[in-house]
Amino acid sequence: MSEAQGCGAPAGGAALPATASGEAVIEGHVRRAGAALSVGYARLLNDGGEFVAEVPLGQDGGFRFFAAPGTWTVRVLAPGGVSADQTVTAGYGRRTALEVSV
Amino acid sequence: MSRSDVLVDADWVEAHLDDPGVVLVEVDEDTTAYDKGHIRNAVKLDWKKDLQDPVRRDFVDRRGFEQLLSERGISNDDTVVLYGGNNNWFAAYAYWYFRLYGHQGVKLLDGGRKKWELESREMVTAVPERARTSYQATVQDSSLRAMRDEVVAAIGKQNLVDVRSPDEFTGKLLAPAHLPQEQAQRAGHIPTAKNVPWSKAANDDGTFKTDDELRALYQGEAGLDFSKDTIAYCRIGERSAHTWFVLHELLGLPRVKNYDGSWTEYGSLVGVPIELGEAR
Repeated sequence: MSEAQGCGAPAGGAALPATASGEAVIEGHVRRAGAALSVGYARLLNDGGEFVAEVPLGQDGGFRFFAAPGTWTVRVLAPGGVSADQTVTAGYGRRTALEVSV
Repeated sequence: MSRSDVLVDADWVEAHLDDPGVVLVEVDEDTTAYDKGHIRNAVKLDWKKDLQDPVRRDFVDRRGFEQLLSERGISNDDTVVLYGGNNNWFAAYAYWYFRLYGHQGVKLLDGGRKKWELESREMVTAVPERARTSYQATVQDSSLRAMRDEVVAAIGKQNLVDVRSPDEFTGKLLAPAHLPQEQAQRAGHIPTAKNVPWSKAANDDGTFKTDDELRALYQGEAGLDFSKDTIAYCRIGERSAHTWFVLHELLGLPRVKNYDGSWTEYGSLVGVPIELGEAR
């Protein structure tokens, strides 16, 4: 990663290519009433419930995190005060995919 | 300085969108977010292209800042209201720049872009046209910015606040979890630093917690000695600008610096002490 990218998020959620085989990738898509939800946020919490990262959803409702092995919770925040949690287990070299409906 | 001097809410922004002396400025980590939609009349600052030196690792110098704000049509007398994505990380970072260069009227939109979006408030794609100004910046205020040598000298003496996530603090991760992890530097934290993730200062909707809650967090829970000088750091200085805003602007601590070199600098220095694991 370039230094300039720093703390910044990838542009548009899951649009960032996931290339590193050593990553513990958690990714997914969010839908509402069957359609991709493009206005919303995906938040990653660790196994203690602490905030770790948050990204805006992409145009296709997508999101992606580069985590570490372990148990994580993905919380989706959607307009109208709607939120949805899903717990996942991630591992190095593995891509854990989620489909979330809100 | 009180909270109302430095923070405004969405209703205030809606009521002042067309005021001639108010300039809304969006600064996002995702630099394409503005182009997809923004608050009406807001101008954009790109934290990479506009706020960083294009060659060396440093941010835009005084002259560059003057040119930037002049081009955007911002005057010294304007009230600048900053907002952005990811709970105002980069808006707080830009806020810190404005303070560094002596701008008096600057505020953050509480909750930033996220709260605005989640409340389904109006977003537009039209870019406003503003007449060029002749902005004058002051000399950079060094009382707000920590450099690496004073960070090393502060170990065990001042409050060091590491605002990254617990997993970055302990060395489990090298970067926030929405970014790839490959990097050359060492993991861990600066010895004697307390880990108070920036996110603890914010509610789920991105707004700041109350002053009482913030005081309880930093002074009570984390054990910061408010009589001492404080340096906040993260990975490259945006998240710690958020915490700098909390400590210096909301709680009014007089001597708080943001270390914008942060972990990408410290974790690459040769010979400096690093701790792994939980705070000791």
